[in-house]
Amino acid sequence: MEILVASAVGILTAAGIYLILRKRTFPVILGTAFISYAVNVFLFASGRLAVNRPPVLQDDVTLYTDPLPQALVLTAIVIAFGMTAVVVMIGVGAYLSSQDDHIDDQDQLPPGADQDASESQGANP
Amino acid sequence: MSHWVIAPILLPAMMAAIIILAARYHPMLQRTFSLATVGVCLAIALGLLVAVADGSILLYQLGNWAAPFGIVLVADRLSVLFVVLTLFLAIPVLLYAIGSGWDMRGRQFHALFQIQIMGILGAFLTGDAFNLFVFFEILLLASYGLMIHSGGSTRLRVGVQYVVFNLLGSTLFLFALGTIYAELGTLNIADIAVRMTAVSPENSAGVRVAAVLLLLVFGIKAAVLPLHFWLPATYSTAPAPVAALFAIMTKVGAYSIIRFYTIAFPPDLEVTQGLFDTWLLPGALLTLAIGMIGVLGAKRLDRLVAFAVVGSMGMLLTSVSVFTPEGIAAALFYAVHSTLATAALFLLVDVIRSRRAEGNLGWTPAPPIVGGALVAAMFFAAAIAMAGLPPLSGFVGKLLILDAALADPRMAWVWAVLLSSSLIAVVGFSRAGSVIFWKAHAPMETAPEPETAEVSASETSSEADQERQSALPMVAIGTLLSATVLVTVFAGPVHRYLNATAAQLFAPEPYISVVLDTPGKVITYTGKHGHDEKDHKDADHKDKNHRDTDHQEEDH
Repeated sequence: MEILVASAVGILTAAGIYLILRKRTFPVILGTAFISYAVNVFLFASGRLAVNRPPVLQDDVTLYTDPLPQALVLTAIVIAFGMTAVVVMIGVGAYLSSQDDHIDDQDQLPPGADQDASESQGANP
Repeated sequence: MSHWVIAPILLPAMMAAIIILAARYHPMLQRTFSLATVGVCLAIALGLLVAVADGSILLYQLGNWAAPFGIVLVADRLSVLFVVLTLFLAIPVLLYAIGSGWDMRGRQFHALFQIQIMGILGAFLTGDAFNLFVFFEILLLASYGLMIHSGGSTRLRVGVQYVVFNLLGSTLFLFALGTIYAELGTLNIADIAVRMTAVSPENSAGVRVAAVLLLLVFGIKAAVLPLHFWLPATYSTAPAPVAALFAIMTKVGAYSIIRFYTIAFPPDLEVTQGLFDTWLLPGALLTLAIGMIGVLGAKRLDRLVAFAVVGSMGMLLTSVSVFTPEGIAAALFYAVHSTLATAALFLLVDVIRSRRAEGNLGWTPAPPIVGGALVAAMFFAAAIAMAGLPPLSGFVGKLLILDAALADPRMAWVWAVLLSSSLIAVVGFSRAGSVIFWKAHAPMETAPEPETAEVSASETSSEADQERQSALPMVAIGTLLSATVLVTVFAGPVHRYLNATAAQLFAPEPYISVVLDTPGKVITYTGKHGHDEKDHKDADHKDKNHRDTDHQEEDH
C-alpha cells in the first residue's frame, strides 16, 4: 500500500515536472495537472494510510481514518480543477491571438510586440 | 468575539457577486459599488486598527467552533496593518482605473477587483494555514483575470507564464501543508506553534522540510531570487491599475514569511533553527542587487519599475532576515513605503505611456508629453521615494534597515549591498527621468502634419487631452505620493506602532492563547451514550482543554 502510494506520487510528480519543462503550452498545462494529481494523493497520505475505516464517527467502531485530509483533498481538487480550466482558457486565448503556443519564445514574437519583454520572461522554470 | 473581523472579507465577496449579477451592464453602478465597498472596508479596517492598537488580539471563530478544529480569523497588529494598507492602496488604484477608463477596457474589472481584495484581506486575516492557501488561490485567481484584463497577445502570453508559475507555487504550498499535517496533525498556525515545541530534534526532518517548502512558496510570492522570474514580465505587461494593486501582492509573501517564521517556526527553537536565516538573507541580498541592476539595465520604463519592485522586495526581506524586532519593524516600515511608492510609479508609467507618442516607453527622445511638468515632478518624487533618497519615506525606511542590521554579524554584507544597490537605483532612475522628461523635444522629421492641420489638430488634441486628462488619475497618484509624504512626516508615530507590532510578533504567547483558549463549540463524542450530544452546545464542554482531547488526531 505504502509503496504503491509513494511511487504514484513520485511518478506523477516526475511526469509533471518533465512536462512542465516542455516548450509548448499544452504539455505544460498537462504537467501542472499531473503535479496537482500527485499532490492530491500526497495529501491523502498525510492523514496516514488506513484501509476500510470510516472517517466519521460511528458506534462500535474504534479505528478511524483521519477525515481532515479528505476535506483538504476535496478543496485542493476543486481549486486545481478551476485553475486548470483558467490556464487552458488563457492559453487558448494566447494561442489564438498570436498564433503561437510557445510558452517562452522570442523568435516568434508577433511584429510590434516589445522585443525587450521577451528577454527575461523566464517563467519557464 | 468581534464580528467586524470578518467584514472586510465578506463585503467584497458579496459585492463581487452583486456586481456580476445585478450591475453587469451598468458601468456607473459598478464603479460606485466598487468604490463604496472599498471605502466601507477601509473604515472598518481603521476601526480594527484602533481596536488592536493597544495590543489586544481579535479572534473570530467561524460558526463559533473552537480553534484547532474550527477555522479562525485573527486580527493582530500585523494583519490589521496590512489590511489597512491594502484598502488604502485600493482606493487610489480604483480612482485611477475609473479616471483613466482602464476598468471599461475589458469585462468584469470591478468584480475581479473585489475578489482580489477579498483574497488579499483573507490572507492577512486568517489564522489557519490551509485557509491561507485557499485565500492565496482566491487572490491568484482574481489576479489572473485582472492581469489579462483588456487582452492583447503579449499580455496573454505573459499571463500563461504567470499562471503556470503560480500553479506550481500552489502545488508546492499543498505539499508543504500535507507534510505539516502529517508531522504535526494540525494546520492552525497557533496550534502548529504549540506542537512545534514538542517536536524532538531527531524526528524533525519532516517539519524542517515543510518549513523550507513554505519558505519557497512565500519566496515565489515575494519574488525572492531565484524565484522572481515571473515578476518583471507580469508587472510590466499588466494593466497599470492592476500592476499598482499587485504592489501589495508581493507583500502577501513577505507577510506570510513574517507570520510563519515568528509564530509557527520561530528561530529560537532548536528544531527550526537556521532554516530561515541561512537562505533568506543571501537570497534577499541577491534579490536586492538584481532588482536594482535591473533598474539600471531595463530598456523601458515599465520594466524599470517592475525591477524596482524586485529590488524593494529584496530590501524588505533583507530586513526581515536580520530577524530582530528592530529588523521586522524596519521591514514593515519599508513595506508600507514601498507599496505606496511602487503603486504611484506604476500609475505614473501608465500616464506617461498614454501621453507619449505611440505609447513608447523606451529610452528614445520623443515629443514632450502633455502636462509634462506635473508628471515629471510626480515621477521625480516617486523615484526619490523608491530609490531611498532623502527627504521621502524610502530614506527613512532604508535608514531603519541599516540601523537594524548594525547588530547583525553579517552587517558588512547588508550595508555594502544596500548602499551600492541604492546608488545603482539612483543612476537608473535619473537616467530614465532625464531621457523621458529632459530630452523631450519634437523631432523635426515628423513635423509636416502639425503644419498643415495645426488648428484642427490642436483643437482635437485639446479635446482628447481633456478627456484623457480628467483630473482623477492625477488625483489618485497624488494621493499615493502624499501618503508617502505623510508616512515620512509621521514616521515617529508609525514607527512606534510598527515597533509595537514587532514586539507582539516576538512574544507570540498572547496570540497562541487567544486562538486556542477562547471557548467555542466542540463536539463531545462518548460512544453510544453520548451519541445524541453531537450538536450539543453546552457551555460546560467548551472550556475543556481541547489540546488534550483532540482524539481525532493520530498519534505518531
